[in-house]
Formats: sequence, structure tokens, C-alpha cells
Amino acid sequence: MERREFLKLSALAPFVGASGLARAAADPAVRRLLILVELKGGNDGLNTLVPFADPRYVELRPRLAIPREQVVHLTERAGLHPSLAPLKPAWDAGELALVQGVGYPAPNLSHFRSIEIWDTASASDQYLEEGWLARAFERSPCPSSYAAEGVVVGAGGMGPLSGRTVRAIALANPEQFVRSAHLVHAEHERPRNASLAHILRVENEVAASAERLRGTPRDFRTDFPAGAFGASARAAAQLAANPARIAVVRLSLGSFDTHANQLPVQANLLRQLGEGLAALRGALTQAGLWKSTVVATYAEFGRRARENQSGGTDHGTASVHFVLGGAVRGGLHGAAPSLDRLDADGNLVHTVDFRAYYATLLERWWGIDSREVLGERFAPLELV
Amino acid sequence: MRLLYAALLLAASIGAAAAPMGYEDARHLLDRAGFGATDREIRDFATLEREQAVDRLLAGARAEAVTPPPAFVDDPIERPGKLRNDPQARKALLAKLVQQGLELRSWWLQEMLDTPSPLTERMTLFWHNHFATSQRKVRAPQLMYRQNALLRREALGNFATLLHGIAKDPAMLVWLDNAKSRKGAPNENFAREVMELFTLGVGHYGEPDVKEAARAFTGWSVEPATGAYRYRPFFHDAGEKVVLGHRGNLDGDQVLDILLERPETAHFIAEKMWREFVSPTPDETQVESWARTFRAAHYEIKPLLRAVFLSDAFWSSANRATLVKSPVDVVVGTLRIFDIHPADLRPGAIACAVLGQNLFAPPNVKGWPGGDAWIDSATLLGREQFVDRIFRTADLGMQPVAMQASAMQAEKGNAAAGAPGARLQRLMQRGMGAYAFNDRRWLASLGTPHNTSQVDRLVLATAPVDPVPANLGMAGRVRALVADPAYQLK
Repeated sequence: MERREFLKLSALAPFVGASGLARAAADPAVRRLLILVELKGGNDGLNTLVPFADPRYVELRPRLAIPREQVVHLTERAGLHPSLAPLKPAWDAGELALVQGVGYPAPNLSHFRSIEIWDTASASDQYLEEGWLARAFERSPCPSSYAAEGVVVGAGGMGPLSGRTVRAIALANPEQFVRSAHLVHAEHERPRNASLAHILRVENEVAASAERLRGTPRDFRTDFPAGAFGASARAAAQLAANPARIAVVRLSLGSFDTHANQLPVQANLLRQLGEGLAALRGALTQAGLWKSTVVATYAEFGRRARENQSGGTDHGTASVHFVLGGAVRGGLHGAAPSLDRLDADGNLVHTVDFRAYYATLLERWWGIDSREVLGERFAPLELV
Repeated sequence: MRLLYAALLLAASIGAAAAPMGYEDARHLLDRAGFGATDREIRDFATLEREQAVDRLLAGARAEAVTPPPAFVDDPIERPGKLRNDPQARKALLAKLVQQGLELRSWWLQEMLDTPSPLTERMTLFWHNHFATSQRKVRAPQLMYRQNALLRREALGNFATLLHGIAKDPAMLVWLDNAKSRKGAPNENFAREVMELFTLGVGHYGEPDVKEAARAFTGWSVEPATGAYRYRPFFHDAGEKVVLGHRGNLDGDQVLDILLERPETAHFIAEKMWREFVSPTPDETQVESWARTFRAAHYEIKPLLRAVFLSDAFWSSANRATLVKSPVDVVVGTLRIFDIHPADLRPGAIACAVLGQNLFAPPNVKGWPGGDAWIDSATLLGREQFVDRIFRTADLGMQPVAMQASAMQAEKGNAAAGAPGARLQRLMQRGMGAYAFNDRRWLASLGTPHNTSQVDRLVLATAPVDPVPANLGMAGRVRALVADPAYQLK
């Protein structure tokens, strides 16, 4: 490395973790794409990556266990819910990682508090204002040429992208967003109060992003599934293909809050997830973007190990999450939580801290020092 | 000298409180206690003293809607689950439930527009957001209607009565799964949310309290055919429980009384009132004093509201125009202020949904988060499209019918189909053809000769952010005001 270049990188050092340094050096101006998918309401991990070989599984789930012969076998002990069959080709290609047992210590079983913990990457008893991605971009902003740092597709709040300085927008459909953006005017006087300041900030973001997102929408040969999640996946593909880049796209799917009648509800949601992500993989592979894209799921929690009497499952703790991409190291990561050693509430004990999951994305995907963002150092997983 | 000055100020402020409150104050009160106000209503209230005005609003509270409900609310309940083996009939029923849900939403919007007591509807909506229940899971619009009637009956009644009522409300029993909860394997959903979201707030109870309370609510269920509340003694766990330190063979009503005994409950509601009526940043001392008032009044809601509306904080100039309008504020408020009376309110109901507040379908049991969260780039653009649609013809002399036709034409040429958000948005725009603002009629309805500053202070809660060019003419001025960021504030 030449001295000049080294100095340039050293200047970035406070923001760049040791492990990320080499990656960032490859192209310091590029923040590769991360597509986050929130499984709203808390997806049941045990019926997603099914531990069919564990006799305890059927004991805990006399009515809800997925029959062994219906499971999409991945290993001799575990396999996917049948609705997730569309993801099997990604698994076979080594592009699907399943991270088991993701959770955090002293889990909170409230939807709202727990998703706040996930969105802000706080400890269980810590209250933080800003989303973890907003904090990451505050310390290490994307180049100003980017259309936006983050785009939230659909409703549901800004989640990990909520913060005062992050350049993030929400939209239902990129083309329509660009068409209607003339209705707001950027640049105003000093705001008189916090609510007005927020409105003006959103106006400015709309104006700036719409200007950069303008251009012909891309046509994909891939068919996206009908329905809301299919449309969101299509929007994500369009955003990924836009020449004015974006660092994060957040999609959501739900509600997975299956206290009652879980079997058909979860089957339907996982089918949408599997088909949508498979279509996204197809489209981005075709566009030559799959190697520079990572898709990762998250949720406030998983479900209780033992089924309830209403044919459902109550709020739980650790769950399994999906990471897909052309550069992903496929396979099972983390350890499956033991069904013999549940916590005092009958919940799974996590094996991977969700902040280690985030650290993986920050350090290994973007080369950002995760300690700055997460408050302490969590060893990243070897999955990208 | 300084003392004298202070005494003069004090005298002046006492004088102000006992005198007619004037246009600005009347607008502030009616805007926050209802959904926007017309020039006539504001001038009417402007002659009252603040206390008289507040008492008049409270005395006008209603327990029932004036708008007759849709006919289907008395129909027997039909359940899609029963039709599992007949996919076509099931699909037809689901489509019918969606249509009826839309009618129900239009009915409520109609009531918000027509009621003689907008405060009743604001509080009904407040409780809908507090006890947030969604038709997406409940399905039967009849049950959503019955819950809405309960919320209205106690909207300005008694919170304890309302809490006991809602815990046995069939829509709530279905929504939070208590209908299926039984001895031996209680469902924790309702027990958790009643503590976290309806009474104490997070941090004021433990996991064991949730588990024990869940046992107490077992057996509170619903008769599927009629949708009526039904107690099932065989499902009820009559054993001993300990909830928040109270030990005994507790049933659900006793658990609710334990929750109502805790001071945190009144505090939780009082703080929510601050956010609803005053500003996004509650003052702890004031909230605590309202909480004491609320408890002393045995959870009667009117004394609490009276304390809120007569507080210095409510009238403080620092707190004016600090609340972000909700989508219902934008839609109903715009129709009210500008004297627009659409024959069909379904497009208005869809507009609320597009802007993020689908009535009878809050995002989850915590309700709509509100405040800044109402505004992101998608919903802000939606709001601008909504007013653009209504006001774009104002100074062009275009007829509503022509506008509808042009919208249909634009629709045909629109290639970006697919996204459900986009589809809803198109539905809203297409249906809103008849939602046009008639500037001549409206300007003629304003009291006395109207000048620009009079129109500004009727339409906006604060000065426009972007200065309005002087040469626009009155209709153009109105269009600029509703497009101004300040129009999103109340």
C-alpha cells in the first residue's frame, strides 16, 4: 500500500474496525447494500428451522409440530418449514445462512419494548433514542451522492433508521414517490418547534432523494409474487438497481404474533417471505447485484417453546434469522438453543447476541467499527 | 418597581381569564378538542370566557352517535373459518366483510363531521387508540361497531367502568385471544397488555403478575353465533393467585380493580392526555396533579378533562401549534373547516388509511404512535396529495365532475401498478373527485369582510412557514396555506 493511501485510510481509522479495514480499502466510497426484513410480531423460530430430530420438539408441540416428512431437510437434524421451500435453491448454492438462537440477556417479552431494544441495539435495561443504523451513519455517513442512506418500504415507522441526522425516507413505491415529490418544497426558515422541525426535515429529505432517484425504472425479467410483500420485494430490487445508491432498504412482513391458530397464519406468512426473497435473489442475480447485496431478517423475539391451548404460541425470546446474498457464507451459524434447558418462563436461552449479528453487518459488510455504534465490542459471525 | 410590574401582569392575566377569550383562543380550544373548527363556531366561542367555553364543551358530551349505523350491525355474525371447505363462499364472505368494514369507517367519519359534540368523537377516538383493537383479526364488523359504541358511551364517562367493559368486550376478547384462554393453559396476551398498555405502563408489574392475571381472566369468552360475551365456568381457573401482592381466588374483575387501585394507572392516562391535548413533551408535575384529580374523582373523565383544558399549559403560547395533526385531523378537519360535504365518505376513510390511520385497524395493540411518527416521506407526500386534490381546482373554475374524469384518465396511463400502497392511493384519488373546495361559497360564508390575516389565522395554527405571495388572490392564498408545512400542525 502506498503511503498516501495509507494515510487516507488512517484518517478513517476511528470509524473502521481492524477486520473491516481490508474490505473498506477495496473501495472506500462504496457502502454495499443491506436489505433488512422485519418479521413483525415475533416469528416462531422452532417452526421455521425445525429441529425435527429432537424428541423434545414434538413433546413441546403436540399440535403444532411440523411433521418430519413435510420439513425441507437441510441437515440430518434440522430443516425448513415447508412454506420456505422457495429458499432451498439459495441454500444449495451456499447463499443462505441461518443464524440460530439470536436474542439477548434478560429478555423483555413486550412487543414494543423488545423491538425498541432491537431497533436501538440497546441492552435490555438501557433506553436509547436513536436507531442503530442511524447511529452508524452519524459516525460514518454515506457519500453525499447517495440517493439516501436508508429507505423504508411501506408503513411501520423508521425503526433502526430513526434519528436526527440520518438521511432516510419512507415510500410505498419508488416511481410514485418520484412523481409526487414536487408537492413539497425544500429549504425553509428556522423551525419554531420540534414538531415543525421534524416536518421540514422530512420535506428536505423527500426533495433531495427524489432528485437523485429520478430516472427510468428498471424492468426485471423475474416475476415477483402477488401481494404486499412481493410488491415490497420488487420495490427493493428497483431501489437496489438505481444508479444513485442506497445503503439500507428495510422491508417488513407480518403479523407473526400467532397467539392462536398459528399453523395456517405462519404458513402463509413464511410462503410470502420465501417467495419474495427468492424473487429478489433472482432479480438481483440477473442484474449483477447479488454479490453486493445482503438480505437479513430480524424481529422483536421468537415464540414460547411450548405451544399454548389456543393452537398458538405466546411471546418468547431467541429465534432463528435468515441472511442471504451472493457473498454470504451459507449454512447454519450459531448454536440451536437447547430444548432441554429452557429459562424460568419456559423460553429458549439465546446463543447469539443480536448485537453480534449487527456487528457482523457493520464490520464485515461495511467495515464500520461496531464498538462505536453498539457501545461495546461483540465478536462478529463468520458469515459474510 | 419590579413588584408593581409583576402585580400588573398578574392582574392582566386574571383579567384575561375572566374576559371573552377571543378568536385565537377559541380556535385553539376547538381545534384541539375537536377536529378543526369553522369560522362560525370559532366566532361563537370567542365571546365566552375560557371556563364557560370548557364547561359548554363538557356539558355537550354525548353517549350515542347521531348518525344511524349501517344496517348490517344487527345481522348475525358470519365466520370465514366456518367456510374452510368452500373456498368460493369464503372468498365472497371475506370481500363482504371488507366492504362492511369500509362502510363502518365512513359511518364514523360521518359522525365526526356531523356530531354536535366533536369532543365526544375525539375522546372516542382517543379510547380506540388506547384500547386499540383491529378488524384485521376480529373480522366481524358488528363486533367492531359494538366496541365503538362502548367507547363512545364512556368516552367522557368513567374510566373504571370503561376498563371493566372493555375486558368483557367481545371484539377485545377475540383480538387479544382471551376468548380461547382456559384453565391449565391460560393465554397471556390480554393479561399482559391490560397491564402494559391499558393501565400501569411498562415497568410497573412483573412476569409472574402477567401469568397469574392470565389465570384470573380464563373463562371470559364469546358466544360465536351471536358474538355476545359469555362466561364459561368450566374454563375458569378459580384457584389462588397472587397479583401485585394481592393474594386470593381472584377473578378478572378483581384483577382489574387491583390495577385501578395503583396510582400508576391514573398517571399513565393523565400523561397520555397531555400528549393528546397539550404538547409532545409532558410536564411531570402537571401530569401528577392531573393524576391526583383523576383518582380523587374515582376515574370520572370530565373532571380530568376540565383540569386539562383549564391548565396554563393547555393555553400556553409555547404549546400552541406543537402537535402534529393525525390523518383523521387532516381529513375531517379539512372537510369541516372548508365546508365540504361529500355524499360518500368511503374515499375519506381510504385517505385516512393511506395517511397511516386506518380506523378500526390500528397497527397493533399499542395503537398509532402518533406525534412525529405520523410524518414520514410517504405520509407527508400523501397529505400533500390529499389537499392538492381538494384545492387544485379552487381558482381554475374546474368542475368536480371534470376533475373526476381527468383522474380516471390519469389512472389509465399509470404504469406503476402493484404496490398496495400505490393502489390505495389511486383509489383515494379517484374517489375524491367530489371532494372539491368551492372557494366562492366558502369565502362568502366567512363572517364580515375577510382580509388575508383573518383567513390565515382561521386556516393555520401558526404563521405560514413559506411566506404567501401577496398577489395570489384569496382562493390561491387558501391553496398556499393548506400546502404549507404549518397546516400539518395544530
